[in-house]
Amino acid sequence: MRRHWNVPIWAGFAFVIVALVSYIPIFALFPITRDVPWANYVLFLLGGGLLALGVSRAFRDPEHYRGKISGSILGVLSVLLFGFFVASILYFGKQIPSPESAVRTGQPAPPFVLQDIAGKQVASSELFKTHRAVVLVFYRGYW
Amino acid sequence: MRGFEQHLSEFHDRGVEVVAISVDSPAESQKLCQSRGYGFPFLSDPNAEVIRLYGVLHPKAGEDGRDIARPAEFLVDAAGTIRWVNLTDDIRVRARPQAVLEVINRLGVR
Repeated sequence: MRRHWNVPIWAGFAFVIVALVSYIPIFALFPITRDVPWANYVLFLLGGGLLALGVSRAFRDPEHYRGKISGSILGVLSVLLFGFFVASILYFGKQIPSPESAVRTGQPAPPFVLQDIAGKQVASSELFKTHRAVVLVFYRGYW
Repeated sequence: MRGFEQHLSEFHDRGVEVVAISVDSPAESQKLCQSRGYGFPFLSDPNAEVIRLYGVLHPKAGEDGRDIARPAEFLVDAAGTIRWVNLTDDIRVRARPQAVLEVINRLGVR
């Protein structure tokens, strides 16, 4: 009797991979899927469900379905990848210094002169004076 | 940044400018602005001096152990006084532009 490819195992693993790699290029772009990465959790859940289906089928009915070994390997790998994702979200993203040292509301904004992208010097005094207010957005940088 | 760009006209309508600051060089920021179409100023603080002055340094967190800025947003009025501060505890979670606009409306910054 020919044994069938156990499609849910591979489909499930594909979902897990997509769940992992889609966060930065896609879901992190939108605050609604970035702050709490629920879309990625849903993808992990779908992948996990398919994997569970495939693996249980392989063990219950090994005469018809392949995947006892591949399913087990991919299952363990998926759990590890999910663990890595959750750790990145819940732990590594929060490793930033305490906000204690930052200048506070009511204090004068420290003056500065910095270069803009054209290499032109921009002074904070000029910037503040010529606008009703300025939002200074400090960010980590991309390079 | 994308969010601020999308709401930029609402900031400008209120006479408010958005200014981004990082350790990236002007050339690096120019590349970023071109590829993403950002229309507000990006300032370069390569030695993190201003970042230090504002107390938002994240030591050795950049490439090759370079000092960089932690994510933070400050609202400064025309008198140069800080009126509002947002310091996230998670590098992924930033101030949403709508929330900053609400603060501006509430404070009636002038």
